[in-house]
Amino acid sequence: MEDLLIFLQQLINGISLGSIYALIALGYTMVYGIIKLINFAHGDIYMVGAYVGFFAITKLNMSFIPALLTSMVLCSILGIIIERMAYKPLRNATRIAALITAIGVSLLLEYGGMLIVTPQPRAFPEVFPQTKISFFEGKVYMTNQQLVIFAVTLILMVLLQFIVYKTKTGKAMRAVSFDKDAALLMGININNTISATFAIGSALAAAAGVLVGIYYTSISPLMGIIPGLKAFVAAVLGGIGIIPGAVVGGFLMGIIEALVSGYGASTWRDAVAFGILILILIIKPSGIFGANIREKV
Amino acid sequence: MLKVNNINVYYGAIHAIKGVSLEVKEGAIVTLIGANGAGKSTILKTISGLLRPKTGEIVYEGKKLNTMEAQDIVRSGVCQVPEGRRVFANMSVLENLELGAFLRKDKVQIKEDLEKVFEKFPRLKERMTQLAGTLSGGEQQMLAIGRAMMSRPRLMLLDEPSMGLAPLLVKEIFSIIKEINLSGTTILLVEQNAHMALSIANYAYVLETGKIVLEGPAKELAESEQVKKAYLGG
Ligand SMILES: Nc1ncnc2c1ncn2[C@@H]1O[C@H](COP(=O)(O)OP(=O)(O)O)[C@@H](O)[C@H]1O
Ligand SMILES: [Mg+2]
Repeated sequence: MEDLLIFLQQLINGISLGSIYALIALGYTMVYGIIKLINFAHGDIYMVGAYVGFFAITKLNMSFIPALLTSMVLCSILGIIIERMAYKPLRNATRIAALITAIGVSLLLEYGGMLIVTPQPRAFPEVFPQTKISFFEGKVYMTNQQLVIFAVTLILMVLLQFIVYKTKTGKAMRAVSFDKDAALLMGININNTISATFAIGSALAAAAGVLVGIYYTSISPLMGIIPGLKAFVAAVLGGIGIIPGAVVGGFLMGIIEALVSGYGASTWRDAVAFGILILILIIKPSGIFGANIREKV
Repeated sequence: MLKVNNINVYYGAIHAIKGVSLEVKEGAIVTLIGANGAGKSTILKTISGLLRPKTGEIVYEGKKLNTMEAQDIVRSGVCQVPEGRRVFANMSVLENLELGAFLRKDKVQIKEDLEKVFEKFPRLKERMTQLAGTLSGGEQQMLAIGRAMMSRPRLMLLDEPSMGLAPLLVKEIFSIIKEINLSGTTILLVEQNAHMALSIANYAYVLETGKIVLEGPAKELAESEQVKKAYLGG
């Protein structure tokens, strides 16, 4: 019984953490789907998102939702600018050139960020005073912050689903991901479609940044590195380029990490994450949802 | 309606199209025949704006297509059914057709055109919600043609629509192309199947390794010894 309760508790923690990974992984996977680039700067967008949220709340006295939206909007613009300036000129270059550029953009955001906001970690303000919802006589609980994270993630995912499957932009995104030349023949504007993809992916990462702020309460300019890498693993786990794959991969990563920590091996949790990457690459490089041979959207 | 003037197209150092000129008159079916690798697809891609000619120009109703974006070329009424159909296999038949009308905003007419496509291809209507990737080759070709019709083109470019289809289906596809032409759409048809192409075309060009080697009314070409020998199996 005790074991089961610990498991339940870690499942709740894992879903919260997994929400964050899933939100970041979505951006990785959408960008990969459309321009076949692993955008290593994506984790840093999440960091910028956390800072925008931080300043919106502390300096502009915004409440949670306006701060979240501000952060999402500013980061989508940042995502578009990064794509136009850094990646677009390399669209016909080798993949490795674009990849190295992405690492460069990532370093620029990290160290540029340090310059602007100082390397000092900052305490994220308590937006929601913590209360606990208890189950099983308090042996298992969920904080209201976890509830907010999960709710916001769910809403964003439904919204994303709607955009990708029901709107013209979403259809264009799927068409361009599948076959660029055929999409051009339909009259689809490839550049705008790629921009839209970066905007959406960056907005989701920004939301993850603000959510992580209220959950872990501490933010710093290098905070994007490890979650960024783990979200990347999540995207690969689900099948890179496949949207539902990123969601499932993200939640799985979060749950596995929480379980590893919960059973007293918390120093191993990062190692486990990257162990998973190695395992997928050996067993099924195309990921859970991936077709076996072809790489596809 | 369309004039291609002395274009040269390169893939890096490869000189694929060497000074090709051709003309498509309004209302006609013009065919461009030639063996595999002659450069037929390259010409169509250049007209559609996927490739740029290094020199020469492409003029369509007074507009220079060779400096226009692909989307503006579609908007001005030139639409292509690409080689190998290139349907969006991960999307439904209906979504594929909707993408054909991507640049249009006239919702009512789009619905009418959709009905027209379904009238022409009843099989597509039956499979409306199915993923395009699950269709047979012939159905995919119909979808690719239907998708092109959805942009309401005035000039339709078709790249080897008969490729990989059984003879009966080829006949069906060609009679549909003829119908589309009769309802007012000008056609530029690229084919390896010279026999079928010459049978429905008004005018024809023969392409060999990037150059036009022969041109004339389709009937005359079908009778010419040179064409018979090289493209019609003696
Ligand atoms: N993407 C490409 N890169 C380099 N060469 C190409 C490319 N596409 C086609 N070619 C070459 O250009 C020539 C014409 O090709 P294509 O237009 O596809 O011929 P066709 O459609 O008549 O079969 C061929 O020699 C082909 O090898
Ligand atoms: Mg070809």
